[in-house]
Amino acid sequence: MLTPRTEDELAEMIRETNAPLRIQGGGTRGFDPGTADEVLTTSGLSGLELYEPGALTLVVKAGTPVAEVEAVLAAENQRLAFEPMDHRRLLGTSGEPTIGGVVAANVSGPRRVQAGACRDSLIGVRFVDGNGTVLKNGGRVMKNVTGYDLVKLACGSYGTLGVLTEVSFKVLPKNEATAVILINGQSARKAVQTMSKALASPYEITGAAYTPSGLDGHPVTMLRLEGFAASVTYRAEALTKALGDVGEIHIETDPERTKAGWEWVRDVHSLSDVAGDLWRISVKPSDAPDVLEAIDPKAYLLDWGGGLIWARMPSGTDVRQKMQGIGGHATCLQGRASRFHPQPETLATLSAGLRAKFDPKGILNPGVMA
Amino acid sequence: MEMPTPNSRILERKSRIVARLLTVLPADAVIHEEVETRAYECDALTAYKCPPLCAVLPASTEEVSAVLKICHEEGVPVVPRGSGTSLAGGALPTADSVILGVARMNEVLETDYDNRFIRVQTGRTNLSVTGAVEMDGFFYAPDPSSQLACAIAGNIAMNSGGAHCLKYGVTTNNLLGVKMVLMDGTVTEIGGAYLDSAGYDLLGLICGSEGQLGVVTEATLRILPKPEGARPVLMGFDSNEVAGACVSDIIKAGVLPVAIEFMDRPVIRATETFANAGYPDCEALLIVEVEGSEAEIDEQLGLIMEIARKHNPVELRESKSAEESAAIWLGRKSAFGAMGQINDYMCLDGTIPVSQLPYVLRRIGEMSKDYGLDVGNVFHAGDGNMHPLILFDANKPGDLETCEAFGAEILRLCVEVGGCLTGEHGVGIEKRDLMVDQFAPDDLEVQMKVKDVFDPKWLLNPSKVFPLEASEARRAH
Ligand SMILES: Cc1cc2nc3c(=O)[nH]c(=O)nc-3n(C[C@H](O)[C@H](O)[C@H](O)COP(=O)(O)OP(=O)(O)OC[C@H]3O[C@@H](n4cnc5c(N)ncnc54)[C@H](O)[C@@H]3O)c2cc1C
Repeated sequence: MLTPRTEDELAEMIRETNAPLRIQGGGTRGFDPGTADEVLTTSGLSGLELYEPGALTLVVKAGTPVAEVEAVLAAENQRLAFEPMDHRRLLGTSGEPTIGGVVAANVSGPRRVQAGACRDSLIGVRFVDGNGTVLKNGGRVMKNVTGYDLVKLACGSYGTLGVLTEVSFKVLPKNEATAVILINGQSARKAVQTMSKALASPYEITGAAYTPSGLDGHPVTMLRLEGFAASVTYRAEALTKALGDVGEIHIETDPERTKAGWEWVRDVHSLSDVAGDLWRISVKPSDAPDVLEAIDPKAYLLDWGGGLIWARMPSGTDVRQKMQGIGGHATCLQGRASRFHPQPETLATLSAGLRAKFDPKGILNPGVMA
Repeated sequence: MEMPTPNSRILERKSRIVARLLTVLPADAVIHEEVETRAYECDALTAYKCPPLCAVLPASTEEVSAVLKICHEEGVPVVPRGSGTSLAGGALPTADSVILGVARMNEVLETDYDNRFIRVQTGRTNLSVTGAVEMDGFFYAPDPSSQLACAIAGNIAMNSGGAHCLKYGVTTNNLLGVKMVLMDGTVTEIGGAYLDSAGYDLLGLICGSEGQLGVVTEATLRILPKPEGARPVLMGFDSNEVAGACVSDIIKAGVLPVAIEFMDRPVIRATETFANAGYPDCEALLIVEVEGSEAEIDEQLGLIMEIARKHNPVELRESKSAEESAAIWLGRKSAFGAMGQINDYMCLDGTIPVSQLPYVLRRIGEMSKDYGLDVGNVFHAGDGNMHPLILFDANKPGDLETCEAFGAEILRLCVEVGGCLTGEHGVGIEKRDLMVDQFAPDDLEVQMKVKDVFDPKWLLNPSKVFPLEASEARRAH
C-alpha cells in the first residue's frame, strides 16, 4: 500500500510508476475496485488548511475524515450543505469515510433538492493527474469563472482523472429548527405527486422522501422544513394546508428524532438488511412510479422527491433493460451488472478522450468508470 | 489588446465559404455584406471591434450542425454568439471568423412543473425564461443585471451570476442539461431532467467554457417556486472596514440573505446625482435582502438589523412596502448607468475572500490616486464578487491604456489575496493575458488539453480565454 504524506510525495510516486493504482480514501464504498492490485491511500494527506466561518469557506486535505470535517464545522454551527451519506451500513463496509472520497463520488444526500449536490458546494480542488503533475482549479472563493471548471469535472470522477489532495467548499450555517411532515399510507404514485406539490410550493422543502415500509412497516412520505423556529412552524402549517387531503398527517419537530429520521433516509438504512443487488436510479421524479412498476424491486426508497430511487433487486436483474423507454440512468452498486450506465457514443468518446489526457499511462483506477 | 493576424487563406475564400453556407441556410440567415457584418463587430466590451468574415443566424440545431460541418471542413474559426452582452469580449469576432448567432432560436420547448424544469432554445433571453413560467408561480433563479437582453446561450457559456446567487447559486447550479453541437457538426445531449449525471460531469465542464467546447442550442433549466415575498434593509456605515465586518457577522449568524450588495462612496454619490434614490452620504452602504412570508421577513430583518446596530450604522432603513423596496434598490440598479453618466467606464469582476474586503478597497483607493483615474465599487458582498468601475475618457489618447493597466493591477491584487480574476463575466479577451497570474503553466495546459478533446482543430472561439502565446501552437495549423 502506498501512503504518500505530502502532495509532492504523491506526485513523485505517480511519476515514477507505470503500475496501475487503486486510489482509496476511506475505502467505505468498497465496491468496484477496478483491476489494479496496488492500493494508494490518501489517508496520509489529512488536516484542515483553512476555515473562515464568516466567509463560509473551508479548505481541507482530501484524506481528512468526514467526521472530522463535520466536527470542525459544527463547532461554528455550520455544515456541509449537501449532507453526504455514510455508505458503511448499506454496503456492509468498514473504514473511515474521507472528504476526498465524498468528492470523488459526488456523494450528495436528501438536501440535494434544495442545497445542491456535492459538486455545487465544491469551489476548489488540487489534485495530481496520471502524469504526476500537480494541478489546481477553482480556489477558495464561491464565485469564480476563471478558465474551465475542472472542479466539476474532478467531482464524481472516481479518482480516474487524478488523485485529489485538497478540496475547498462553500459551507452553510446550520438551521435552528427542523420540522418533518409525515404522511402515512400513500402509494408511491400518490407520494410522488405529494412531494412534487410540496417542492413546487414556496416553503423551501429541504428533503422529500418516501418509503413503502417505514419504521412501523407502513408507507410514509416525509417532507422536511428547516430554518428559524418561528418560520419552520409557520411553513409546516402553511404546507399542510396547501397539500390538502393527503391522508393522515403527523408533524415531528423533536430535534433528535428528525435528525435520526433523515439519517435513516440519507444512509438508506431500510435497504441495508435486504439481500440482492443494489441499484441507484436517477429519473425524472414523475417517472419514478413507472420505473418501480417496471423493475418491481424487493425493497426500495425514494429520495429527492422521487428523482432518486434506491432499489434492492433479485440478483442478476438487468434494471437498465427494464427501464428502457422511460428515461433516466441506473448505477449498480452491488451486483454483477456493469457499475455505470452505458453512455451514448459521443459522450463515451469525449470521456475516454479526457481520461487519456489526464491519465495517459492508464494507471489511475483502471477498470473503474469504464 | 492583441488579436491573431487573420488567416489570409480564409479571407481569400470568403465568397466560396459564404456560398457553401447559403446551401444550408436561407439567404436572410447569412450576413456577409460589409455594412451588415458591422452589427456583429463587438459585444458589450466596445473598446474592441472587428467585423467578422460573415455572420449566420441558424433557426434549428440541424442548421447549426450543418454550418459547423462546413466551417470544420473549411477550417474556418467560429465565434458563437448569444445577445452580445459579454463584458469580456467573449463574442468578439476576428476578421477570418464566422459569427454563429443563436438569436433566432428562442422557443420554449417544454415546461414541466411537476418536475420543475423548463427546456428552451438557447437564444431565448434570460428574463423571458422567467417570463414563461412566472404566471404559474415559478422563476429561473440566475438573474444577471443584463437579463432583459442576455441569452441563456451566453449565460451558460459564461456561467453567469446575478444579485441573488448567494442563495440560489449561479448558472451551473441551475442547469440540468444541454443539447450541444460539436465543432465537427456532431449533435449530442448532456444531462437531462435529472439531478445528477451518469459518468463525468461534462455539463459542469461545458458551463463556463466560453463557447470553446461546443455550440449549445438547447438547455434544460431548473425552475423554482417564487418565494412568498422579499424585502431589503439599507444600512450606511462610515467605513468600509465596518461594513465588511457587518457582512461577515450577518453570514455567521446563520441568516442566509438572498442578496448582500455593497456600494462605496463614489458610487453612492454618482447614483444620488443620477437617480436620487435618497441614499445617505456615507462611506459604505449595504443592501441586504431576505425572502419568505411577512412574518419570516420581519424575523430575519430584525436579526440582521440587530447585528447592524452593533456596528453603529449612520443609517438603517428597513423597507416596509413594495414602494420602499423599490426605492432602496433604485440606486443599486442604476449604479452602472450613473457611473456611465460621469464618463466611460470599465467594469471589473474579480472575486476576493470576503475577509479581504477592507484591505482590497483601501489598496484600490491608493491605486486610483497613482493612476489618476477615479474608481467606484459596487458588488455582491456576500460572495466577494467585486465590480470596481474605473472611469476613463475614451476620447482622450492613452486613457484606455492607463485604465487597462489599472484594471490589471486590481485583478492581480484579487488573485494575490486568494481570489480570482473573474467571478461572473468570464475571461474572453479582456483577462486572457492575466491568466498566467492566476494559473501555473501546467494548470493552463490541462485546460487546453480539455479543449483538444472537444475541438481538436481549435476552431471554436480560438483566441479567447488562454493567453495567445500559450495557445499559439494549437491555433496555428
Ligand atoms: C449592463 C450589463 C450588466 C451585466 N450584468 C451581469 C451580471 O449581473 N452578471 C453576470 O454574470 N454578467 C453580467 N453581464 C455580462 C453578460 O451579460 C453575461 O456574460 C451574459 O451571460 C452574456 O450573454 P449573451 O447572450 O449576451 O452572450 P454573448 O455576449 O453573445 O456571448 C458570451 C459568450 O458566450 C459564448 N456563446 C454565445 N452563445 C453560445 C452558444 N450557443 N454556445 C456556446 N457558446 C456561446 C460566446 O462565444 C461568448 O464567449 C452584464 C453585461 C452588461 C452589458
